[in-house]
Amino acid sequence: MSAPVLWRDLRRHTAARVGLGRVGNGLPTAAHLDFQEAHAQARDAVWSVLDVPALQAALGAEVVASAAPDRRTYLLRPDLGRRMAEGLSLAPRPGCFAIVVADGLCATGVQAQAPALAQALTSGLRAAGWDVAPPVIATQARVAIGDAIGAALGAAMVAVLIGERPGLSALDSMGIYLTHAPRPGRSDAERNCISNIRPGGLSVAEASAKLLWLVQAARDLGATGVALKDEQPVLPLLEDQPEGR
Amino acid sequence: MGFSATVGGTRHVFADLRQLLACATPFRSGDALAGVAAESAAQRVAAQRALADLPLAHFLTEAVVPYEADEVTRLILDSHDAAAFAPLAHLTVGGFRDWLLGEADSAALTTLAPGLTPEMVAALSKICRLQDLVAIAAKCRVVTRFRNTLGLPGTLSIRLQPNDPVDDPKGIAAQVLDGLLLGAGDAVIGVNPATDNVENLCRVLGLLDAVRDRYAIPTQSCVLAHVTTTLLAMQRGAPVDLVFQSIGGTQAVNESFGVSLSLLAEAHAAALALKRGTLGDNCMYFETGQGSALSADAHHGVDQQTLECRAYAVARRFRPLLVNSVVGFIGPEYLFDGKQITRAGLEDHMCGKLLGLPMGVDVCYTNHAEADQDDMDALLTLLGVAGVTYVMGVPGADDTMLAYQSTSFHDGLYVRAALGKTPAPEFLAWLERMGLADRTPDRLPMAVAGLL
Repeated sequence: MSAPVLWRDLRRHTAARVGLGRVGNGLPTAAHLDFQEAHAQARDAVWSVLDVPALQAALGAEVVASAAPDRRTYLLRPDLGRRMAEGLSLAPRPGCFAIVVADGLCATGVQAQAPALAQALTSGLRAAGWDVAPPVIATQARVAIGDAIGAALGAAMVAVLIGERPGLSALDSMGIYLTHAPRPGRSDAERNCISNIRPGGLSVAEASAKLLWLVQAARDLGATGVALKDEQPVLPLLEDQPEGR
Repeated sequence: MGFSATVGGTRHVFADLRQLLACATPFRSGDALAGVAAESAAQRVAAQRALADLPLAHFLTEAVVPYEADEVTRLILDSHDAAAFAPLAHLTVGGFRDWLLGEADSAALTTLAPGLTPEMVAALSKICRLQDLVAIAAKCRVVTRFRNTLGLPGTLSIRLQPNDPVDDPKGIAAQVLDGLLLGAGDAVIGVNPATDNVENLCRVLGLLDAVRDRYAIPTQSCVLAHVTTTLLAMQRGAPVDLVFQSIGGTQAVNESFGVSLSLLAEAHAAALALKRGTLGDNCMYFETGQGSALSADAHHGVDQQTLECRAYAVARRFRPLLVNSVVGFIGPEYLFDGKQITRAGLEDHMCGKLLGLPMGVDVCYTNHAEADQDDMDALLTLLGVAGVTYVMGVPGADDTMLAYQSTSFHDGLYVRAALGKTPAPEFLAWLERMGLADRTPDRLPMAVAGLL
């Protein structure tokens, strides 16, 4: 690539909003409205709702609601998003591998990608000898609802497929959190995370392969989280999350 | 010991200082989540009245987190400067507010700072309106130095924040160049690393230092890794200007961040020993934010704004070059909307300044908060009037690594122009030499185009 000559050429080197131009000290109108459009889409993504019947048809799944009755409460009360609503129960399936599909902070990426990922995981896990429970769809849910669901099932491990907080340039990102011996009260340091699963990020096939590797390593170790060291080069673990924000 | 005040014929009683401070706090979602917020507007104003009548000296006798259990409390009380406090020892919290808005001047506030505790300034902020938070902060002068001079009257500095989702050197360099073309970077050129390991840290530090050195930019660089990673990098001889760390207001939240006062002291000593500062030796950079202690379940039933002020006691122990609150980043469960973020940003700035810190603010929001660019414009302008030491500069306000919105390089130009502020003097002189002080050329200056 040739060296940049013009200010706007900087855009060749990054997806960041460089080389936008300048009118006085402000943004040119087009760049300003590009930003407003991206923010509008991100805001709508936060308030997007899972199409549960469609997902259920694709996954053959059970559905549970969290204890957060609506989106606003969900945003204000993370504790409620970690619990199942009163009165819900699941048929126990001791020793199984549980897959939870949760809306998290953005439903759209989960809606689009979770069916294919759940399918890939299920066949991979069965091939590795696991009894895989039918996926559970969880609405208004945080990552830790997997602990409640996993405990109700008596699962040996749970993988929570969940929508990540939308950014301006990644609206549709999904993450997977893997927890060994799930039960309420597990901390985030006891999970392993694969993030940025989206078109243009990590593909469904790559994510599935990484998770299957982690599941095998977690079974050998008898634990997930910081004790489970990543020996695959580019897999992000919780302990590798950036400090500072 | 309890406190009480009567509002509308009802007597409101508060069991201890912790409850009094929490109930007096203007409403925010994090205190409701913690279950410590006032139950009614009347209870809140009763707490504010009782707090206004409380002598400042009381804060030296009642700790909100037990002395025996918490090294931050011990730091606050053991390092209190009684001589500096003496001139105000007779005042109540309300009298303190009146004095600050009235006769207090910059010189008096500088002398006073070591005599103030975090809880005193937190209490003050709870009975301040936004204009009080602005006016009091504007009287404070805090000047720090490393390779340039930050915090001089009439200046407003920018941290150039060229974050890249995979720490790609070209992506970082393109953003550094964009920021320099738009007058940003005098506070620091500071990258949040995508991966916190020592090899990556050394690589990014090397890149930033080479850029700074090649173009003789009078500024400092930082990669905002965990302090233990930065210590390893220093042992390997990496060019570390500033040591960064996120900190909080209790021993327990700092443990959740993997730090202690002794670890911070070790890192501070190591950075001082490198002697890389040319104008001064302020070599620490801290970030804080309301809600971090609750997030780590380390809040001891104390309201989030008081805990935030206690984090400033940790910061000032190490004479930092830069401190900023990441006010809108922690999330809507702590600060729900633009109104709450605006107030918290101004509180954090004033309280940090009164305690003697070079206070900046990350004027920012996440996409699940009820906030937008209008809220950021308002807070940025208010902070500029309040004399904020620095704000962030992110290309087009969009941080593609951390997935949140902060202030842009353009925003920095706007606020400087609107309020007649300039960059740090050494950096301004560099911009003038490079022909970048007044305009951004469409054709890149040959000198800087060579970066890529």
